[in-house]
Amino acid sequence: MWKFIVRRLLITLPQIVLLSILVFVMAQMMPGDALTGLIDPNIDPAAIEEQREKMGLNDPWYIQYGDWISSALQGDLGQSFRFKMPVTDLVEQRLINSFWLGLVTLIFTYIIAIPLGITSGRYNDTMRDQLITGYTYIGFATPLFIFALVMLWVGGFQLGWFPTGGSVAPGLEPGTFEYALSKFQHLLLPGLSMALITTVNTVQYLRSEIIDTKQKDFIVTARAKGASESRVYNRHILRNSLLPIAAYFGFEITGLIGGTVFIETIYSYPGMGLLFMDSVLQRDYSVVTAVVLLFGIASILGALLSDIILSLVDPRIRIK
Amino acid sequence: MNNALLEIKNLKTSFRIRDDYYAAVDDVSLTVNKNEVLAIVGESGSGKSALAFSVMGLHNRAKIEGNIYFKDHDLANLPANKLNKLRGDDMAMIFQDPLTALNPLMTIEEQIAETLLLHHKNLSKKKRREKVIDLLNQVGIPRPEHTCDQFPHELSGGMRQRVIIAIAIANDPELLIADEPTTALDVTIQAQILDLINDLKENMNAGIVLITHDLGVVAEMADRVAVMYAGQIVEIADVHTLFANPRHPYTRSLLHSIPNIDGGNDKLHVIQGIVPPLHKLPREGCRFAARIPWIDTSAHETNPELHEIKPGHFVRCTCHNQFYFPDEKKKEEQADGIS
Repeated sequence: MWKFIVRRLLITLPQIVLLSILVFVMAQMMPGDALTGLIDPNIDPAAIEEQREKMGLNDPWYIQYGDWISSALQGDLGQSFRFKMPVTDLVEQRLINSFWLGLVTLIFTYIIAIPLGITSGRYNDTMRDQLITGYTYIGFATPLFIFALVMLWVGGFQLGWFPTGGSVAPGLEPGTFEYALSKFQHLLLPGLSMALITTVNTVQYLRSEIIDTKQKDFIVTARAKGASESRVYNRHILRNSLLPIAAYFGFEITGLIGGTVFIETIYSYPGMGLLFMDSVLQRDYSVVTAVVLLFGIASILGALLSDIILSLVDPRIRIK
Repeated sequence: MNNALLEIKNLKTSFRIRDDYYAAVDDVSLTVNKNEVLAIVGESGSGKSALAFSVMGLHNRAKIEGNIYFKDHDLANLPANKLNKLRGDDMAMIFQDPLTALNPLMTIEEQIAETLLLHHKNLSKKKRREKVIDLLNQVGIPRPEHTCDQFPHELSGGMRQRVIIAIAIANDPELLIADEPTTALDVTIQAQILDLINDLKENMNAGIVLITHDLGVVAEMADRVAVMYAGQIVEIADVHTLFANPRHPYTRSLLHSIPNIDGGNDKLHVIQGIVPPLHKLPREGCRFAARIPWIDTSAHETNPELHEIKPGHFVRCTCHNQFYFPDEKKKEEQADGIS
């Protein structure tokens, strides 16, 4: 068991190194560099060139990469020219916001999806199931931003129950109860609109897994033992059907870090997705590189987490 | 005097295909006595497994008509909670495919202990484990303490079938249904599993229904044999009579299909055609008629019934009186020509 996890971790390290090289090289290939946006174009090109030489921007890429990665490891990801603050601090703020949004989304997703999936799978091809699958088809077909816009319009403007943007009401002291409550209130609407879409996948997964599992031979064995219908469902069918959901969970975690461009843009919620969008549009290179790197690491860690979860719940995966 | 353990009366199990129900088990009446091994033989699709599943109440969406009497209960009309008290306790089943019949996420101990737990709620965890180890010993698993904590995927097919047998015999059932228990196994393992069932039979004091299409297994294990074709029983007899003096054309064809070691270069006998699919099966007349087209149609009864031709030996339809194999006829003609 532990050997499996350790081995899986060892594979992860070179993946991350490779990722960082790729991200860096791609950033280098983008037109312009850290000086282009900062400097008045009327300055003498020779002076710019001199400055470049001084800052190491003319060095070959591997030396620059070495500089970048060694400071990155010490927590220095450079300076954002737009926000005029260290990238690390900027990302930290946004990361926390995105994390909370992701968490609320995830909780909403499972609260909605698991009961729906179970009902739909257990009573497949009945009226109940058709209603639920009907919802999932609508969810699949509707672009995320339409859902979000409708929710924003209804919940934020028509009913006025929820704030329509930001992550916290202005003028509140961090650490107080009102502050936390306001944060939570700001999360509900974007979290729910996001969840209504992500639910769709989970419901469909769970439904088809349950339908699949309930026809398996070992379910007949369980019935032949004299197990009641509820025991058959809870002990045998559900546990086996949750395997892929558990595996998917790792990737859902990635969403906690990655944030979502659409939702954050629509609700002007200051998370990672919005930061990424703005930085790309404003050519804030050091931020883009840092964010892309972080997204990549998040996916790698998500896959790692999925594998570990799966190996915990499925004895067949445990490699000796 | 009544020695019957299980009495099936006019059982009809129908499945829905599109909008109609079609009987896979069609008007079967059968008695299983205490301490007897009754073999049910037939091709794939003849309704053997459907019959067994009806007795155990394991069909999900089938329509079951008729009566199945077992221990003062009519299993065909028993509510689920009462049925669950009998299943796994007084009656149990051994399944066909050991590779899929065990839950992949539960240890062997959990799976066997579940049957014990469901019927003996007051058994302590320690007692249950002891009993599980005892059962694994009984079914010939070499290191029961070790196997207890293993998962199904860590065991071979033969070992898994032993575990399934352990689950079935856990609560000393009075009726044991074995649904093709050796079909999915290697030949050498088949012999071992049959030996095991034979041993258990001696100590168990149970009526066993053995479903199989392997006539070798029948000869070795059974006391009585019921031959099924297209949902009906076409012949019942004790095992010696059936092998020595088979009557129904289907039984004779089955026995005729066994390759003979002295047979030289003779072609293997093949029964013409296939069992028709459920929704295309003719429900009137002799159901086997289509597969012995060289027999004159007047030989069949319009409504074939089981006739007791000797005490305990039943044969359906009258066509058996005029039945012959085509190659026999040819040989006779050749013999006539020479003389």
